[in-house]
Amino acid sequence: MTDATRGMVEPQAVGRPLERLLSGPRPSFDEANELVRKRYAREARFRMMGLGAIIVAMSLLGLLLLSVATQGYRAFWQTYITLDIALPQEEIDPEGTGGPDVIGRANFQGLINDTLYAMFPDVEDRREKKALRGLVSSGAALDLRDRVMADPSLIGSDHAFALVASDDIDQLVKGVIDRNVAESERRVKDHELAWMDVLEADGRVETRFNTILFTHGDSREPELAGIWGAVVGSFYMMLVTLFLAVPIGVASATYLEEFAPKTRLTDFIEVNINNLAAVPSIVFGLLGLAVFLQVFHLPRSAPLVGGLTLTLMTLPTVVVATRAALRSVPPSIREAALGMGASKVQAVAHHVLPLALPGILTGSIIGMAQALGETAPLLMIGMVAFIVDIPATPLDPATALPVQIYLWADSPERAFTERTAAAIMVLLAFLILMNALAVFLRRRFERKW
Amino acid sequence: MRKILLSTAALAAIAAAGEAQARDQIRIVGSSTVFPFSTAVAEQFGNKTDFATPVVESTGSGGGLKLFCEGVGENTPDITNSSRRIKSSEVELCATNGVKDVTEVKVGFDGIVLANSKEGPKLNVSREQIFLALAKQVPVDGQLVDNPYTNWHEIDASLPDEKIEVLGPPPTSGTRDAFVELVMEEACESFPEIEALDGDAKDAACATMREDGAFIEAGENDNLIVNKLKENPVALGIFGFSFLDQNLDVMQGSQVDGVDPTFDAIAAGDYPVSRSLYFYVKNAHADVVPGIREYIAEFTSDAAFGDDGYLADKGLIPLPEEDREEVRSQANNLQPLSL
Repeated sequence: MTDATRGMVEPQAVGRPLERLLSGPRPSFDEANELVRKRYAREARFRMMGLGAIIVAMSLLGLLLLSVATQGYRAFWQTYITLDIALPQEEIDPEGTGGPDVIGRANFQGLINDTLYAMFPDVEDRREKKALRGLVSSGAALDLRDRVMADPSLIGSDHAFALVASDDIDQLVKGVIDRNVAESERRVKDHELAWMDVLEADGRVETRFNTILFTHGDSREPELAGIWGAVVGSFYMMLVTLFLAVPIGVASATYLEEFAPKTRLTDFIEVNINNLAAVPSIVFGLLGLAVFLQVFHLPRSAPLVGGLTLTLMTLPTVVVATRAALRSVPPSIREAALGMGASKVQAVAHHVLPLALPGILTGSIIGMAQALGETAPLLMIGMVAFIVDIPATPLDPATALPVQIYLWADSPERAFTERTAAAIMVLLAFLILMNALAVFLRRRFERKW
Repeated sequence: MRKILLSTAALAAIAAAGEAQARDQIRIVGSSTVFPFSTAVAEQFGNKTDFATPVVESTGSGGGLKLFCEGVGENTPDITNSSRRIKSSEVELCATNGVKDVTEVKVGFDGIVLANSKEGPKLNVSREQIFLALAKQVPVDGQLVDNPYTNWHEIDASLPDEKIEVLGPPPTSGTRDAFVELVMEEACESFPEIEALDGDAKDAACATMREDGAFIEAGENDNLIVNKLKENPVALGIFGFSFLDQNLDVMQGSQVDGVDPTFDAIAAGDYPVSRSLYFYVKNAHADVVPGIREYIAEFTSDAAFGDDGYLADKGLIPLPEEDREEVRSQANNLQPLSL
């Protein structure tokens, strides 16, 4: 570069400040100011973009939560219709034995029907009678039976019972079904509206907190469907996962990190554990099907198998988190312990592991939370199924919470829409709780070095 | 290390217990279309009898028959639901795996509707017009060409001046199979240009849906299609009758060949796009797994699949009365299927 060219500003170099600085003359004060201004502007733009990304993400999340909450809140209430039902001794328990098997076999549906017919004596047409019976849920008779069995002294007199209304009536009372559309396009017909108006004027219709949603298993009738079966199924699966994934994961991570010699083999294992963490979850489902069902012949749809499959999925997460936690414990701790005459195992078990515990717990809880939200691996092992009975052991057929959401979302009945959203809210609450626990444990036990 | 040993031992113990425990509940797999009906019967059966409530999985018709034909034994399902008849290849597969006697039970009909939002125009289409709107290749002036139609109006002057936009199920769905069979393949026969083709080329021309954006595969979930249609009044959707029945306040079904998709029209066989629904029972299991005979009796009782039964409330379209009698006696006697 000669002195002659040094004084000239080449036009194409204007946009490339670094090159200009290196090749051109020393920039003037104004030029330098200009460069600084540009740099600040770029920085401001970068910050704005970051902020924009966060705003977009937050508003999408807000939108999701809002739509779930606005749809789901209604499911926490359920309409009940109060009827004065006569419980004649001669129909329920003619011999006065009081035995549960005698009372259990009585025709409680008939008693409910008779009460309704007596309240609306003009209804004679067969189809209309069917519609009248349909105001209360088909599950109301079972509920009435259980209540009478629990208290046989009710038999022989009249009592007011609040009975679960059917899903269409419930939707009508909640205002989801619009009274003002033409009758042919409405699930609830004009005569049903008239009956409901009479019942409402009598003060017999009320909405209560929906305990069924939290205490029952699945049902094809939306008003009788609950998430308890799925919650229990998820609980058993989490239990199996917790007791297998955490000990195995922590043990293998500790061995690999603290004891194993650095050889090609351990490197190979390390790379593969990291790879496993990225494998799509459906693959673990296929593995579960091939190993646990086809080789070990464990029962289909059982939470035990679900838990084992989710263990496979959670293991890499636990191993990776544990190794990171162990690595963050300073070597001076190990060296001090060894220097005081502790054996390798003592140094690890007494000093390193307890100090790494917050990190291990956080990793494990986040892995478990991931497993709680999985449906794909469960599909292959038959847990995506309609199961009414609440599982009593991890070997009984069961579903999981996310599966229940999936099944309800696929159901034609309109009342399942709000229950789907309610189940999503419950699942989200569990996930937030688990993540909050992870944050709490980290805050509480974290050590700064 | 001791922990690992302990948990392995615990696992082995649980596994052994699982092996020893005999299955006491019925296992049902199969079609997602029959699923809502099958589960309703399972629930009633569980409430009415002392047997455990059957476990029902929704695996699709093909997937269900595959599991069903895997063999006889505790780890195979007892019953599979199907939204189409069992194929002869599947009967052979069953037989080679030792599933010899299978009882077929026809339970009713399901209509497939072409529907749109009430805000849009109500259509009256023929199956030929649906074919012209949705097939990948259509005959124009004696030649098979890539589907040129973008507006219903172009197909026939009687149809509304609206863009062709149809949301439908993906090829994995039984509803799609039935739609292709009942609409596309039927309509195809009235076009001499396609009839002139031979074998495979003809099948492909009849069954291939267009891929240029006018037909959109909207996923297996019919509720999702209904929701998308509410947002977009121009679009039409293809889904099962029960979903139209539940959403009649916002959706309208198009007339096909001049017939409205109503409960009565489908039951009478007037509405052309309807199919039969079935379930298949493994006879070898009937005396091993408790409750199978009682489950069949519950499903084929008039309280369930009759004209006023609870399955009709769920959207199943009942068989005519005389057919029901026949189905009931064949099913309760476990009369083996012969194709």
